[in-house]
Amino acid sequence: MIKVNSLTHVYEKGRKLMFPCWEIGDMEQWLLLGASGSGKSTLLNIISGLLKPSQGEVSINGTDLYTLPVRKLDRFRGRHIGIIFQRPHLIRSLDVLDNLELAALMAGLPTDHERNRSLLADLGIGELAKKYPDQLSQGQLQRVSVARALVNKPDLLIADEPTSSLDDENTNQVVKMLTTQAKDNGAALIIATHDARVRNHLTKTYLL
Amino acid sequence: MNILKISSKNLVRNKLTTILNVVLVAFGVGILSVLFLASTQINNKLENNAKDIDLVVGAKGSPLQLILSSVYHIDNPTGNIPAKDAYQLMHNPMVKRAVPLALGDNYNGYRIVGTDSTFTNLYGLSIQKGSFWHKDLEVTLGSNVALTSGLKIGDTFFGAHGLTGSGDVHKQYAYQVKGILKPQGNITDNLILTNIGSVYKMHEEKHAENHNHATAEEAKEINDKQITALLIQYKSPMSVIVFPRMVNQSTNMQAASPAMESARLFSLIGVGIDTLRWFAIFIMGVAALSIFISLYNAMKERKYDLAIMRCLGASKFKLFFLVIFEGVLVTFIGTCLGLLIGHAAIEVIGIYQETSQAKLTGLTAFPQEIYLIWIGLIIGALASLIPAMQIYKVDIAATLTKDR
Repeated sequence: MIKVNSLTHVYEKGRKLMFPCWEIGDMEQWLLLGASGSGKSTLLNIISGLLKPSQGEVSINGTDLYTLPVRKLDRFRGRHIGIIFQRPHLIRSLDVLDNLELAALMAGLPTDHERNRSLLADLGIGELAKKYPDQLSQGQLQRVSVARALVNKPDLLIADEPTSSLDDENTNQVVKMLTTQAKDNGAALIIATHDARVRNHLTKTYLL
Repeated sequence: MNILKISSKNLVRNKLTTILNVVLVAFGVGILSVLFLASTQINNKLENNAKDIDLVVGAKGSPLQLILSSVYHIDNPTGNIPAKDAYQLMHNPMVKRAVPLALGDNYNGYRIVGTDSTFTNLYGLSIQKGSFWHKDLEVTLGSNVALTSGLKIGDTFFGAHGLTGSGDVHKQYAYQVKGILKPQGNITDNLILTNIGSVYKMHEEKHAENHNHATAEEAKEINDKQITALLIQYKSPMSVIVFPRMVNQSTNMQAASPAMESARLFSLIGVGIDTLRWFAIFIMGVAALSIFISLYNAMKERKYDLAIMRCLGASKFKLFFLVIFEGVLVTFIGTCLGLLIGHAAIEVIGIYQETSQAKLTGLTAFPQEIYLIWIGLIIGALASLIPAMQIYKVDIAATLTKDR
């Protein structure tokens, strides 16, 4: 259960954004829609505990994120929220499997090799486990970053413009992959997008 | 998967920079460890050889030369002193023990030292095989002499005139080996010991053979017996001031203190050692700067990696530690490599060293070398401190939302 209450964010330049209240139930799948510049990324950053809002609160399963000390917030994010960015942002000196293991290490959780392998297999990239990010295509990288977001069995999966650099076919695949993986892993899902191609796949929408 | 793996993978990815930094650190540490090993070993050897000798009395000349010739057996003697003057000094009440030395001959570069039983007491010598010399022309070999020359008990050999070279051989009398000393770890390993009478005999004979053209003066020199030097041990430390002054002012001989002269010698070599040491410290400084610059530059690119790790749940401190760890890892590898290079270099120098007086070996380690490792680690930590501080400034949200 995720609750967003009377959030306000003031940018450095003075622009002020106010976000309507938002409640997301367990395993619900939402689209976060809005034109570019409407504050989608800002809201996602606030929900994922990366950006402290000027006012308001975000609570995930009863934990009020911004009352936690920074160290605990980092750990909470690592264990409960999986984030997929526009760009895959993998660590280039580590191979695919190590990138997945990194997620567990950084969140202070034990490594589960079998789960990592089966995640990669589920996403159709099982044979890429020992490849380095430099050797992968854009679509493959995106899949790896989805797998990484799922490693720690998060309660919430957040995807920020996951399809902006993909063609129609890949877009369909990625959105399907996100929805089924979120369901299979018992996580709620938020996809932020301004991409019309994504809209058909999800029913619940939050408009900015 | 752990911090070590992340760091080492990242170092491997930036191979050239890593190699440069490791080599720089290794060079600095290598030079420092060579200096350290060489000066400690030489110092130990020098101290060991002059351990119980308070004063050396010999002919007037350079005091350093006197010490080098009669304590370390490196240089030529300053000349001879009349035996009867020497014996007078030996019976001075301030003297606890006095060892007469008569130098002048060698066998294959090993000095033949004419002396008496006080010499064996002074150096605490003991026999490994055979016995000490008793009669004229009997000798006892230092362990190293026996080892390299292959001489055994009962063998005979001819001494050659002078302290090196074997041009002018005393063919009239052969020395006979009576015993071999236990290894002492000091200069006596490289000496051939006999009595003073043997040395006289060699030289009397030589002159007797040439008596037809020997001048009266030469004959007189032989009759008034001479020795080369006298090694003296005081009864009490009080004599340090009085005794040398007495010798220098009231006799025709000079007194030199091994402690003072080797300190003087070391201060001369010390200039070179100091220069090299500063050079090594300079290289270490360059290494630190290079590590700093490469880490600092890499931070621009690594900002994304570190932001991702924060995003995945790592605390700022964990990442701070990660960057410091990387710097320390580089200097640690460099330091270990440097120590290895230093020891190998000293061992190689030791193998090719011609003088056997102070043979160097790289196969020993000194506890002080631990400090070198610590210095390496500290330099690594210091150099990576500022880059690591960047962690605290990174705005994760902004970094990750922006395109690469």
